[in-house]
Amino acid sequence: MFDTSTFIRLLPELILLVTALVVIFVDLYARRRTALGLLPGLSIVGLALSFLAVFAQWGTREVVAQTLAADTFAAFFKMVAAVAVILVVLASVRYMRARTRYVGEFYAFLLVATLAVYIAVSARDLITLYLGLETLSIVSYVLTGFLRDDKRSNEAAIKYFLYGAVASAIMLYGFSLLYGVTGTTDLQEIARRLLNGDVLVNMEWLAWPAIVLVTVGFAFKASLVPFHQWAPDAYEGAPTPVTMFLSTVSKATGFAVMARMFLVAMPALQSSWTALLYGLAVLTMTLGNLIALRQTSVKRMLAYSSIAHAGFILMGLVAVTTALGQPFNGLDGVLMYVVAYAFTNAGAFAVVAAVEDGTGGATLDHFAGLVGRAPFLAAAMLIFLLSLAGVPPLAGFAAKLFVFAPVVRQEYYVLAVVALINAVLAAGYYLKVVKQMFFVEEPERAPFAVARSMRWALWLMIIAVFGVGIFMNWFAFMASQGAAGMLGL
Amino acid sequence: MAFFDRWVLTIILFWPLLASIWVLMLPKEKEDQIRRVSIWMSVVPLVLSALLFVDYGARFLPRGGGIHYDVQVTWIPQLRASYHIGADALSVPLIFLTALLTTLSLYYSARVIKHRVKEYFFLFLLLETGMFGVFMALDLVLFYVFWEVGLVPMFFLIGIWGHENRMYASLKFFLYTLVGSVAMLLAFLALYFHAGTFDIVQLAEKRPFADDIFKASLVFFGIFLGLAIKVPSWPFHTWLPDAHTEAPTAGSVILAGILLKLGAYGFLRILLPILPTAFAYWGFLMVILGVISIVYGAFVCMAQTDLKRLIAYSSVSHMGYVMLGLGAAGVALSGKVVPLSPDSAALAMDGAMLQMFNHGIITGALFFLVGILYERAHTRDLTAFGGLSGKLPYYYGIFMVAGFASLGLPGLAGFWSEFFVFRGAFDIVRVWAAIGVIGVVVTAGYILWRIVANVFLGEFNEERWGDKLWDMEGYEKATLWPLVLIMFILGLYPTPLVNFFNQAAVELLTKAGFMFH
Repeated sequence: MFDTSTFIRLLPELILLVTALVVIFVDLYARRRTALGLLPGLSIVGLALSFLAVFAQWGTREVVAQTLAADTFAAFFKMVAAVAVILVVLASVRYMRARTRYVGEFYAFLLVATLAVYIAVSARDLITLYLGLETLSIVSYVLTGFLRDDKRSNEAAIKYFLYGAVASAIMLYGFSLLYGVTGTTDLQEIARRLLNGDVLVNMEWLAWPAIVLVTVGFAFKASLVPFHQWAPDAYEGAPTPVTMFLSTVSKATGFAVMARMFLVAMPALQSSWTALLYGLAVLTMTLGNLIALRQTSVKRMLAYSSIAHAGFILMGLVAVTTALGQPFNGLDGVLMYVVAYAFTNAGAFAVVAAVEDGTGGATLDHFAGLVGRAPFLAAAMLIFLLSLAGVPPLAGFAAKLFVFAPVVRQEYYVLAVVALINAVLAAGYYLKVVKQMFFVEEPERAPFAVARSMRWALWLMIIAVFGVGIFMNWFAFMASQGAAGMLGL
Repeated sequence: MAFFDRWVLTIILFWPLLASIWVLMLPKEKEDQIRRVSIWMSVVPLVLSALLFVDYGARFLPRGGGIHYDVQVTWIPQLRASYHIGADALSVPLIFLTALLTTLSLYYSARVIKHRVKEYFFLFLLLETGMFGVFMALDLVLFYVFWEVGLVPMFFLIGIWGHENRMYASLKFFLYTLVGSVAMLLAFLALYFHAGTFDIVQLAEKRPFADDIFKASLVFFGIFLGLAIKVPSWPFHTWLPDAHTEAPTAGSVILAGILLKLGAYGFLRILLPILPTAFAYWGFLMVILGVISIVYGAFVCMAQTDLKRLIAYSSVSHMGYVMLGLGAAGVALSGKVVPLSPDSAALAMDGAMLQMFNHGIITGALFFLVGILYERAHTRDLTAFGGLSGKLPYYYGIFMVAGFASLGLPGLAGFWSEFFVFRGAFDIVRVWAAIGVIGVVVTAGYILWRIVANVFLGEFNEERWGDKLWDMEGYEKATLWPLVLIMFILGLYPTPLVNFFNQAAVELLTKAGFMFH
């Protein structure tokens, strides 16, 4: 069963696993100073190698070990995760060193979390899917509460854990219903049996509560309104690099799993899950933005903004069409949005981390006159905020284009108007930060420096944000291949 | 010539962007160098666009106009969106206007802006690329990109270098425009799904939604919202008085001179060719909005005490002429009204286009003049002045030329645009054109009664102003003379410009299916 080809297909995962182990051992045996220098480098090398291993196998479309899909859809999310985690590592070098002794564990956990993401996005079986998501969740709880002496970090972890556990239980219940009806955990098989009426018990109607329960579970993971209450606290209390991870990679994973689950296992019930997601999308973007408007902490504001963005991503799934080969099919919008959003949001949170480092806080007041004190940070933040607002030629514009388009194609006029209003609302609070950074002048406050690794990370993200926007065609190409290559369609 | 044809637009378009990157590289202490680099770099697109004007006029205008200097490079093949730029008889003069006003603004700002110099010139050059891009783009995605690119620098120009209420005004400006542009984006996507391309030229040939007036109207109003906010037409104008009043002098010049034209340009480049049926169907609405803008704007001017706000509202009124001209052409296109002379539709459109150009020159000059006074007096209150004609004769003279051009005195540029608009519109929508004429009368009222009587005539307040006010300096004269000259030249001999715009109008109307008998 375990032959060479399986080994090669699993190479990206294995690289991550080995790197995580190496990081733990180096941390155990190396002297502290060497370890501090070595660990981030090791993690980045491992992530980069694993990225290459995924990229080298782009275009495959096969089942591995019966439960994993080695398809372009999974590969796309894996590559996004690998790159995003590299950026997280770069952003955490100084931040974590200044706040905790357990740096080795931190990087190891990040690598394991990435591994969990890899498994979750390629899972094509309910059990594997749950395994991946649950590993990711548990590691995320630990990472959120990583600063043991920080009350807020602890509170965030507990909140996140309690909500997450409940969500997992609900989702699991939904899975059990699906299994009870169809007698299989294989996603493709579930779809086939639901379609043919080839079911164990004659209670197909159970698929409906199953959809609702599964959706609720995913909605918790992806922090969709009204299942979002944990997110702002967790995002604000967690160490900022962890917030970067949660708001980009974790969230992307939630959408990947959701897309695969709905499209592969329940194509027959599309109208009902579309209706559910439609409502969630409208609620999520509107409430997320309205609450974000009132925040005074930039970190918390970005937390709510990332909730709102989840609503935008959801538009792609709501308006998904089965003609996945064509551009603007909805699913490619989800992928485009995930890439664009990963770089942009990670960038924005990285700036927040740097500002916290330099000024000791991340409220709007700490951003006042930033252009005079740390012009590079201010410029970087401006670029990320404009991208979040969807201003061309930045990444956020590409994302906006690709999720608005399917909505227009499907002629969901109400959703389109809601999205329009929300785009403007969001710009309103992004500009509030811009105003603080550039229009308010604080000549008395001292300038501060930015760590070198952070500078690197920010440059990379700026280039990426421009790159995705200007060379939209490359990313659109990858996204459309990623969407069309989903196994089991 | 092949090289010129292929590259001239691309060079004009990206030259300011390169210049802005150069400015970004310079250390911010070297303010003089930043100023010099910006001004001289902006001369290049100015010279090229002047060449473009002459070249187009000599080579293409006598041979039936059309789009030339076009470049098309695939950008997003999956969506059939491309880097497609080109210029025709409509855009060539507007590209020249953009280059001219930008260079003058930079030259003037070099003396006036002393705070955060590097950022200012960086943003201004970036803005220039955005404006050029809109006038050149022949692809909807590209059009949208440049449309938004211009938005950000102006937001900063108002927010950092503006007056007391700058933060409110800048935010209002940005959010208003964003509402419109997102609506526009949605409409562009609808066009794409119907016709399978973002290319403006191809879309004009395919005529999406030609047989479905309901959907065509839906798309029409999506784009209309974006454009009407930018123009701005009543009732979408409320951002304008704030933005124009609070912006720094050069910012107001560019706002009034170019950014408003982007909106009007969109009507001609996108709405009329791509959705001619909806344009014709809703032409009457545009006439009504235009006339309301003209009359309402003019009356509001009468009530102003803030000189800059007055000029700002005069823009609402003057851009109303553009809307009236376009709307009249639309009504003629619909065939519901048969004009006595079939040329009337083209004449109304000529007038609208002429007004776009002339308003840029005239209001640009007026905003410079208001800025010059504000630099000295630090107040914009009309009633605080009086009797300046004796103390500042040179300033008085220049202001009179610009003011008279603005109220449409024959012999100056503004006359022709109003004349063409009303000559065309009278034949098509007589009653509404007649109401619009009220605006012309009131314009004379606020220029003469509000501005001239309050500021220049009457008693000079020696106690308050004593030696605080002085006449124009060399650089101020140098900024204004080019504009004044153009007002005279176009006033006495508008033929070259009319040739351009008439060609464009005939072309647009013919393609939209209008029959010239």
